[in-house]
Amino acid sequence: MTFSWSWDTTFDVLPDMLSAFLRVTLLATVVGSAIAAVVGLVVAMIRRLAPWWIAYPVHGVMEFIRMTPVVIQLLFAYYTFQQFDGLTIGIVVLGIHYASYMAEVYRSGIDAVPKGQWEAAAALSMSPRRTWQRVVIPQALRTTVPALGTWVISMFKDTPFLIVIFVTEMVQTAYASGADDFMFLEPITLAGLIFLAASYPTALLLRRLEVRLARY
Amino acid sequence: MPVLRFEDVNKRFGDNTVLDGLNFEVGKGERVTLIGPSGSGKTTILRLVMTLEHLTGGFIYLDGGPLTHEMRGGRRVERKKKDVARMTTKIGMVFQQFNLFPNMTVLENLTEAPINVLGRPKAEAQERARELLDHVGLGDKVDAHPTRLSGGQQQRVAIARALAMDPEVLLLDEVTSALDPELVGEVLNVLRDVAETTDITMLIVTHEMQFAQEVSHRVLMFDQGRIIEDKPPAEMFSNPENERTQEFLQAIL
Repeated sequence: MTFSWSWDTTFDVLPDMLSAFLRVTLLATVVGSAIAAVVGLVVAMIRRLAPWWIAYPVHGVMEFIRMTPVVIQLLFAYYTFQQFDGLTIGIVVLGIHYASYMAEVYRSGIDAVPKGQWEAAAALSMSPRRTWQRVVIPQALRTTVPALGTWVISMFKDTPFLIVIFVTEMVQTAYASGADDFMFLEPITLAGLIFLAASYPTALLLRRLEVRLARY
Repeated sequence: MPVLRFEDVNKRFGDNTVLDGLNFEVGKGERVTLIGPSGSGKTTILRLVMTLEHLTGGFIYLDGGPLTHEMRGGRRVERKKKDVARMTTKIGMVFQQFNLFPNMTVLENLTEAPINVLGRPKAEAQERARELLDHVGLGDKVDAHPTRLSGGQQQRVAIARALAMDPEVLLLDEVTSALDPELVGEVLNVLRDVAETTDITMLIVTHEMQFAQEVSHRVLMFDQGRIIEDKPPAEMFSNPENERTQEFLQAIL
């Protein structure tokens, strides 16, 4: 087995890969995370505020989604909603799948706000809405935001799953290039490095954010 | 007319009945201290007045009007949350754990409710807040964050926050119990000042007997959810009639 590296191939394949990275991987992560963050918060609030006959079913569905592999959900959605293209389905499924994790993060963030805060707000006759807005959510976000960030990074690394519903994201692009000229090593290494280049600094920034948020 | 009246109040937590058939009154401007062993129901009473706990039986009247429950058509019914909220603005509470909002400055802690619950203009609320903070000796901490303050300072801010709502009734739940001994004095001084310069009705749960003696008109001794003795402090502390009271006072004095 000889190891050889072709810089020519590397530079040849780089533009296509960066293009796939921006058009698909990054787009899917950003939009998917936005969906997850919003849906997750809605689910967390439903579980907390809605009557049991709404909250329990919602909780049940989200638990099911959380505990089944995202690939299965991608395939299921793709073949059920055939009128939509792979990328759209992929973004929505990733969003909802990760919403199930983020809902748990929100829930524990909200539960971590001391009961005394709720009572002090009640003692001042603050309305429930005002209490959420001015007292509970600001405090819950402090622990929640860093944890949400790690799930975003996780979604980012899961975008290659979109391959199964025929979305040409970055890893697929690498694979296609390799299949073309049998030079697999360069494109796939490049893919890995691009992922690393994006996620590592993000993780560092998140740590710094976590430290900053931790002190009042 | 008494400012506060408990009528046949019953409070149950699941199977555990903490208060049963409790009846008592507090007059306007009175300072009443509740003493007794833990679990005797003193804190529960404060929490019921502040509507932090659900009243399982009986009625509480504030200024003659029913607070959380009333009789309608011969049945005991819950009042609407909005109506209750309108009455609770007349009640203020200070907690053992201070419970200041850490995501706001001291000034914001004091102005949040007056602006958004009472509808006061921002400038007015801020001026009043500064006045109160000056009064409790924390005028220079206006823009500080609560977590930067000592326990005694936080509790003084908490008192100022409750006073900013201009309450008729102030509930004080063991407000010095969580403080280091050397910080207790500064908080008691503030409360003494409130007692002397205002006519706010005060319901105090405390173990600070000296303070209770100085400030109260009446002391109520609780045991197992019942008032077993109700006397002015001088009499209560020097000449308790009830055996249980004697035991309790001996143990803590």
